[in-house]
Amino acid sequence: MKLNVRLYGSGYRFSSVKEVLAKANEPKSGDVLAGVAAENDRERVAAKIVLSELTVHDLRENPSVPYEQDSVTRIIQDDLDEAEYRRIEGMTIGELREWMLDEETSGDDILKASRGMTSEVIAGVSKLMGNLDLVYASRKIEVRSHCNTDFGLRGCFASRLQPNHPTDEPAGVLASTLEGLSYGIGDALIGLNPATDSVENTAAIMNLFYETRMRYEIPTQTCVLAHVTTQMKAVRAGAKADLCFQSIAGSEKALSAFGVSTGLLEEAQQMFREMGSGEGPNVMYFETGQASELSSDAHFGADQQTMESRCYGLARHYKPFLLNSVVGFMGPEYLYDGRQLIRAGLEDNFCARVHGVPMGCDVCYTNHMKADQNDVDSLTLLLANAGCNYVMGLPCGDDVMLMYQSDGFHDIACVRELLGLRPLPEFEAWMERAGIWENGRLTRRAGDASLLMTMNGGAVR
Amino acid sequence: MNDQWIGDLTDPSLPREIGVSNPADRAELVRMQTVTPARICVGHAGPRYRTRTALRFRADQAAAADAVFSEVSPETVQALGLFEVQTLCRNKYEMLTRPDLGRRFSEEALQLLRERCVHSPQVQLYVGDGLSAPSVAANIPDLLPGIADGLAHEGVSVGTPFFVRYCRVNTARYIAPALDSEVTCVLIGERPGLLTAESMSAYIAYRAHPEMEESGYTVVSNISRHSLPPVEAAAVIVELILKILREKKSGVALNASDL
Repeated sequence: MKLNVRLYGSGYRFSSVKEVLAKANEPKSGDVLAGVAAENDRERVAAKIVLSELTVHDLRENPSVPYEQDSVTRIIQDDLDEAEYRRIEGMTIGELREWMLDEETSGDDILKASRGMTSEVIAGVSKLMGNLDLVYASRKIEVRSHCNTDFGLRGCFASRLQPNHPTDEPAGVLASTLEGLSYGIGDALIGLNPATDSVENTAAIMNLFYETRMRYEIPTQTCVLAHVTTQMKAVRAGAKADLCFQSIAGSEKALSAFGVSTGLLEEAQQMFREMGSGEGPNVMYFETGQASELSSDAHFGADQQTMESRCYGLARHYKPFLLNSVVGFMGPEYLYDGRQLIRAGLEDNFCARVHGVPMGCDVCYTNHMKADQNDVDSLTLLLANAGCNYVMGLPCGDDVMLMYQSDGFHDIACVRELLGLRPLPEFEAWMERAGIWENGRLTRRAGDASLLMTMNGGAVR
Repeated sequence: MNDQWIGDLTDPSLPREIGVSNPADRAELVRMQTVTPARICVGHAGPRYRTRTALRFRADQAAAADAVFSEVSPETVQALGLFEVQTLCRNKYEMLTRPDLGRRFSEEALQLLRERCVHSPQVQLYVGDGLSAPSVAANIPDLLPGIADGLAHEGVSVGTPFFVRYCRVNTARYIAPALDSEVTCVLIGERPGLLTAESMSAYIAYRAHPEMEESGYTVVSNISRHSLPPVEAAAVIVELILKILREKKSGVALNASDL
């Protein structure tokens, strides 16, 4: 294993695979905060050169957190398909990049081989890719799942309807839900981030969504994004939820900061398969985002992008219905500006898709970042081209509870029309019945929530 | 020409607009707008926003971004009857990019706290600017006395409150050991949104310490006149603190005890 390289006559020495991965990462303020970033661009390139000559074997044998210490590493290593691994273990990361980009390599070829790749290997390949490489390779991959409806289909651009409200007032949640539906939003799921994480409140919104889905016969999934233990209590008490949500992270210690463990996730999945209102078999919904490990001091000296990739290694164990990175939610100490945001969004989409996880992105920023809605527009278009399965849909892109901005209903409608992408098929048929979609685009009547209320006997109150 | 003004589109006394052309039921849309502050019933220009919708969004985002970089004035701190300490951050930029500095204090600052505060209270309340300076003047006059009086009424001892400049939530990890408080509650400015730049959160921890986990905090968020008003928030926080004192735990552990 060669960890030293000469570049422009200067020598660069690296002490570990972990250091090579970190310094090969594209610039992120979080890596500077963690003290693991390259000193300058030349050192960054030196690290990329070393990385390009390391093998799949080298990266597998050097996980970011030791096997004995960490349940996430154990899941990633133990889930590996050893036969697939043996076929590729001698390949260098540089060769793996070229193989993924080869026009003869299909998305299914990548998914088959990736069963033999650890999350560090997949992160390593992404560090050798430019933004357009990431778009090209990601787009090849189709990952399907099913809960109530089919998800992940090629040619579809789906959305999570996110009707958040400052105090979870059911009438207000419903108003934003109907507005979103009238723009054809909510085919991936309808999911609320509750302002108050209580069982009573969670159950009330779960049932509101269920009743709405039944009343308007909407082919989709519903979810309330309370803590997993709160959702379990609500469902045990009889509330109706299709998907079980939880934020996850790339180390056992970081999971613990979220108040969860791999065992608890297992238990939640089992429970939702038995007691949830979704058909399944895929019933889990995960959210991730670069640097959640660093923010809980659980990154073990690894860079934030490698730790993020490990989230997908953990996620694939549970065969989730879908997952999204909340890419710009963490703040400027981790992703400083629009440029870092766009890079991270493309990396996350690539790494998750190569892992075989149905992937979306909350294309978002906070008001203390150097980013704005134009960056959301740009990244959304890039991701839609990169086969990203879904983004968030909010009224005008403004979240009145979580206090950040993401994609608006209008953005999803516009991207679908621009790129010829469709809502998920069952939902698309529903939109046609509702009179808001025709010939692959919204009708003039779209965007009128009061039109929906005339469907199936009127409003849910 | 020069004395003609375009009206302020952020004027709160203006009625909300219905942007949908020829709606099936206009009255229903008007009703929907009364139940949420979300930007609904805005209509569209092709698949995009109408011009006024887009400009209103930009105006609100500009105000939010500005709130992040403003300071709580020393006069405001004084008017609230508080004294001030500062974290290791020297300015707002450091506060935004160095959370490790925004949670810690110099030995001098800790010494000042030990000199001016009551020791070993059951509950230590303090105020931080966090990511919204305007949230302090907007909420603390009702919120802080509301909590302190509510706790005192229940016979709980409350420490000496103060203000922390360039404050992160995790200051609690160092404040609690310095003052030996059983429960520590920081009232801190949230990052501003477009709806309001004046929201606060309360982060409450039982026996906070440097090695505690993030899930150890019990949180009440969205405190502002637009969502959870400070007077109501005070009542919620008092109830939570009493429960935390009774059960001697906070955060996820407290929720788990309901199982």
